[in-house]
Amino acid sequence: MSLESLTPQNKNNVKRGTVLEAFTSNARQYGIVGALIAIIIVFEILTGGLLLQPNTIVQLIQQNAYVIILAVGMVMIIIATHIDLSVGSLVGFIGGCVALLMQNAHMNWFLAIIIGLLIGLLVGVWQGFWVAFVGIPAFITTLGGMLIFRGLATTLIKASIPVNNTSFNAIAANYLPNVFGWWGPFDGLSIVVGILVVIVFAWTQLRKRTKVAKVGLVPEPMTATYIKIAIATVVIAALTFEFASSGNATQGGIPIILVIVGVLVLAYHFILTRTVFGRRVYAIGGNRRAASLSGINTRRVDFTLFIHMGFLSAVAAIAMLSRLSSASAATGNSFELDAIAACFVGGTAVTGGIGTVPGVVIGALVMGVINQGLSIMGVDSALIQTIKGLVLLLAVAVDIIPKLRKR
Amino acid sequence: MSNSQMILQMQNITKTFGPVKALTNVNLEIARGEIHAICGENGAGKSTLMNVLSGVYSYGSYSGTIIYDGKECKFKKIKDSEKLGIVVIQQELALTPFLSIAENIFLGNERQKSGVIDWEATRADAIKVMEQVGLHEDPDTKVMDIGVGKQQLVEIAKALSKKVKLLLLDEPTAALNDEDSAHLLQIIRDLRDHQGVTSVIISHKLNEIAAIADNVTIIRDGSTVGWMTNSEENPLDQDELIHKMVGRELTNLYPEHVSHIGEEIFRVENWTLHHPLDQQRVIVDHANIYARAGEIVGLAGLMGAGRTEMAMSIFGRTYGSGVSGKVYVHGKEIDTSTVRKAIEAGIAYVTEDRKGYGLNLLQNIRENSTSAALTRYSKQGVMDEGVERVAVEKYRKDFNIKTPSIEEQVSNLSGGNQQKVLLAKWVISNPDILILDEPTRGIDVGAKYEIYEIIEQLADEGKAIIVISSELPELIGICDRIYTISQGVVTDDVPKSRFTQEYLMKGMTQEKTKLKKVGES
Ligand SMILES: Nc1ncnc2c1ncn2[C@@H]1O[C@H](COP(=O)(O)OP(=O)(O)OP(=O)(O)O)[C@@H](O)[C@H]1O
Ligand SMILES: [Mg+2]
Repeated sequence: MSLESLTPQNKNNVKRGTVLEAFTSNARQYGIVGALIAIIIVFEILTGGLLLQPNTIVQLIQQNAYVIILAVGMVMIIIATHIDLSVGSLVGFIGGCVALLMQNAHMNWFLAIIIGLLIGLLVGVWQGFWVAFVGIPAFITTLGGMLIFRGLATTLIKASIPVNNTSFNAIAANYLPNVFGWWGPFDGLSIVVGILVVIVFAWTQLRKRTKVAKVGLVPEPMTATYIKIAIATVVIAALTFEFASSGNATQGGIPIILVIVGVLVLAYHFILTRTVFGRRVYAIGGNRRAASLSGINTRRVDFTLFIHMGFLSAVAAIAMLSRLSSASAATGNSFELDAIAACFVGGTAVTGGIGTVPGVVIGALVMGVINQGLSIMGVDSALIQTIKGLVLLLAVAVDIIPKLRKR
Repeated sequence: MSNSQMILQMQNITKTFGPVKALTNVNLEIARGEIHAICGENGAGKSTLMNVLSGVYSYGSYSGTIIYDGKECKFKKIKDSEKLGIVVIQQELALTPFLSIAENIFLGNERQKSGVIDWEATRADAIKVMEQVGLHEDPDTKVMDIGVGKQQLVEIAKALSKKVKLLLLDEPTAALNDEDSAHLLQIIRDLRDHQGVTSVIISHKLNEIAAIADNVTIIRDGSTVGWMTNSEENPLDQDELIHKMVGRELTNLYPEHVSHIGEEIFRVENWTLHHPLDQQRVIVDHANIYARAGEIVGLAGLMGAGRTEMAMSIFGRTYGSGVSGKVYVHGKEIDTSTVRKAIEAGIAYVTEDRKGYGLNLLQNIRENSTSAALTRYSKQGVMDEGVERVAVEKYRKDFNIKTPSIEEQVSNLSGGNQQKVLLAKWVISNPDILILDEPTRGIDVGAKYEIYEIIEQLADEGKAIIVISSELPELIGICDRIYTISQGVVTDDVPKSRFTQEYLMKGMTQEKTKLKKVGES
């Protein structure tokens, strides 16, 4: 075993990473992506091509936006070895608050949203306080929160509150205005955005290479980068095609909710991977005692995490309210479980310390596609639930079994 | 030797982890009833070899053959090897702290009648095996309430309860003091002489190997590079052993070093602290110590003297209750009530418990190394990974950490290399005062020398270094001044001219009643 020869310094006898290695080193991530693709293909065939219809895709995104938004927060909470069971109730509660503000207090819809977000932050402060500073386990604190906020939601909303503000309801239902007009049957803006995304992706990949090389490390082979860019281009082009041709006679293109979800996903991916805060979250999740002995204020990190979760719950609540155009006491029931399932399907470790935002987004999509595909096929919703449960089990088993064998 | 004399033959064992070849065609032959030592540098593959043998890595994940008791073995899991009497005591202890000694001994091997635990038999049998290892404790005592030395004996008692024929010990004495180590070695000898138990022992303490081993196999970079014998007539040549281990001559165990001692930069006054649970119990009693720039100061004491406790209480009150006393850095009194404040004041504490308090095994080397200096490798809260990579890469080279890259998870490193990552983590935080708790635990001779050089270089940069170590020769070899501590009291401040083991021992073992305190007015 000559490890020295593998280090980047002795470049002469370094075995340059092969193209295959560049991909297999992230096998877990590519594995789940592969599973998603396989599931999509299976349902595309089973539904006779209905799954990949432009409007089905838009619907898929609109329907699963809340899971992704909640899962993005949940993954951080789980990485830090906590859990949040209250997010479903919070969606109901905050949705009710925002609906009341608009319908009964006749508040401007934008102001109502801001207040809704503030309520989310406040609830985060409340739960974070109990978890971080009093030391009550998150499971108990948020189990309490689940009951408290469901109860409050029921008191507040009674049966239901319809929302008839068209601007507000547009958030979940409408598309970005097609400022570039229609290019044939296609929405111009979608195509412009699609091209921009490809360019940005290629640019970041290339920049990453030069950065890695600059600090004296061996970058992945150029071919691997090209393959990545090529695959991404194909995927983005396909999506661009779908969005550009989505919608109806009057409008179409990029759903507004996709923009919101996209911004949140990118922002939280950045926070987890590139910021000091993200590092601290992983450090705490992996070894809490070592983290605090490294000068990391673990309480403050825990506290901040719950504030993030409260904020994201509020965003999910607003998205949900807009989609349903009415608040009801039962809204958000068991959303926490959808979010937690998305995290675990997406490779988050139950014991904390491991997990990524892209992972849980894909986890959420896997569950979403299965749901959508089975619905299109007319499968009974009770059976769909059973199947989703089995998928969760299977996904985690696939993750764990190879490790058993290695030991 | 004929085959029947051989209890174990491992032939052409090769084991790889992805691109890393941990073992290449290793051969190991163990004779029945001997004590066989395996020596080698950090990351040479010793623990991996034991894991292959005991079935931690199942048959098929490595290549080569294992012949035990004349039969070829294909272990799928640890239980398979245990059934044949092969028991391994891992580098990291594997006891459950909240269970009693007796429960731990029979964990996974319970004394039972159709699924119901037979407590009488459990206790009686536990006492029997505890007797054999000289562990005189109540079998109902919780494991967390006994010291590491005794915990190690519990591990051996556990092995005995499984009718062990071949006992594998991976660095059993790394965390023990001299007295406990000697006791442990004697028990291994007794097992050989009275019960015919064959033992394989891995250790970086070469004097121990010389004292106990009958034969030695030396591994370097994953291959067997030599065998040596050791007997009364033909004692082991330690220099030759070192030469074979590190592949070069190592004339001195400690580097030549002239200290440039400057002004006092660190002072602790009247430091007193109590047990975290039992407020009445004094752990450290009005301790007064100081350290100067460029000075390496040792803290010598027996296990339980309160050295780690004192260091941790100074470092952000991470241990103890009812802490009182003053800390001065550069002449100014500072508040060290949180770890953050202590770090900002320029203090760093390198823990002795690298897995419990030191490293995050789920993160890679780079992330671990900067975890105590995150703000320095970031701008406006965003990590600057380029700068971070360069810095960590530099320390990987300086500390000679054996790894394919700094992106490797620390859990994949050998014990000694993990220790180096821990050291790097705190050196990167750029402290003025560096408190090192057992800095060379589990580190091989060659790497120890490198660590001493690093320590001395840090001192030459004007830092004050405080070293806590159970190895007196190590303290004598590198320190400029040594405080002896006995039962929480600083008993003496020994200048270099008076360094001898005997003299230091006197200070370390003073009876509580006759204790005189250093710096007391
Ligand atoms: N699970 C793993 N994955 C990848 N590499 C590993 C793994 N386990 C061990 N290694 C590598 O194999 C080599 C041998 O490790 P091993 O733990 O056997 O060393 P060792 O001789 O016991 O060292 P030490 O004296 O430091 O304990 C090391 O280079 C280590 O990094
Ligand atoms: Mg080892």
